[in-house]
Amino acid sequence: MINYGLKILLLGLLLGAAVPASAGGSLLPVIPEAQARVSETQGCVEPVDDMRKNHMEYILHQRDKTVHEGIRTQQHSLVECINCHVSDAPDAPRVSSEEHFCNSCHTYAAVKVDCFQCHADRPVSTAQKLSQPGGGESLLLSADRQPVSVTGDQAQ
Amino acid sequence: MSEQEGIDIYRRRFLGNAAKASAGLALAPGIMLTELGHAKPADEAVTGQVRWGMLIDSNKCAEGCNDCVQACNDEHGLTGFDRPATDAQWIRKVKLKDRQTGHTQTLPLLCQHCEHPPCVDVCPTGASFKREDGIVLVDKHICIGCRYCMMACPYKARSFIHETLQDQMPYAPRGKGTVESCTFCVHRVDDDRTPACVEACTAENHNALVFGDMHDPSSQISQELERHSSQQIRADLQLNTGVRYRGI
Repeated sequence: MINYGLKILLLGLLLGAAVPASAGGSLLPVIPEAQARVSETQGCVEPVDDMRKNHMEYILHQRDKTVHEGIRTQQHSLVECINCHVSDAPDAPRVSSEEHFCNSCHTYAAVKVDCFQCHADRPVSTAQKLSQPGGGESLLLSADRQPVSVTGDQAQ
Repeated sequence: MSEQEGIDIYRRRFLGNAAKASAGLALAPGIMLTELGHAKPADEAVTGQVRWGMLIDSNKCAEGCNDCVQACNDEHGLTGFDRPATDAQWIRKVKLKDRQTGHTQTLPLLCQHCEHPPCVDVCPTGASFKREDGIVLVDKHICIGCRYCMMACPYKARSFIHETLQDQMPYAPRGKGTVESCTFCVHRVDDDRTPACVEACTAENHNALVFGDMHDPSSQISQELERHSSQQIRADLQLNTGVRYRGI
């Protein structure tokens, strides 16, 4: 699946590189700004070109390290991607929206992203706010613990 | 190694003074004492030098108190769908009654984090696994939701997610079509903290739950296990559980 997805994404990127040249760039995705830069000289945890092409490899590698070995470094952690790339505002876009960092490009490249069927699509601080009593309107845990997070088919 | 030794490795360590005198074992606690004084660095893998365990004193477990369950639900964002038969349940209170005397007691039941977990034995994909430090987990990336593990678990400790979820806790990913169970709050343990249920029980001053490293002779859990008799639930299955009970 991953290889298939990778091929599709690469195809998408190739097409993406070709299409804007003829269409004046209007079809390029609008990618939201990250919250911070890693350093003055580097934007993301790896060079941006590398991340665009290989982020799924980094995340995949890290996922096994974390789940099986308890290695919880931040550099290639999906949670940290979200912490930096998605706003912690209460109305931050969900992954179903094209305004969400991940989905902005995945929609453009026509690659399904299934990380967020399980993983939180918004930052840690948002989840904490949601779970704390009185910490804003709770989507996650209502006072009487009624189900509030059932959705229909999540848009991919 | 005989079966009996396999069951009670940690207990044998305390009883076997002669074994302690041997150079190999004398060295091992020394190493652990220095290494475990600090939290594990984030970039280091967990090791088998540690075995996380929990001691539950059912005499201290207050009837009607549900704090451990609530803390677990809050910590992991477990919500109910008003379907008790299938709602996620990582820890639950069980009431025991002696039919002859009428004496009742309660205790929390959770994944027992077995040394020889049946859930791992039956998993067809390798999603159910035991970490080096004894914590039994489901790798949901690999889980296909067949639920063999739920059938195999003698403690009914696992749940299956039937509903599409969102707003999961970032440190506790959960999703439809996968099996889940108590993780001993692995995200907290890796951060040198105790599980949410233990924290809640201690905060309420019930102190019925003790969590710690059963391989570290100086840990509270090891010392209490050495001092008092304790039991495994279904010890006859010889799973060498990581969760031990007192007073049952």
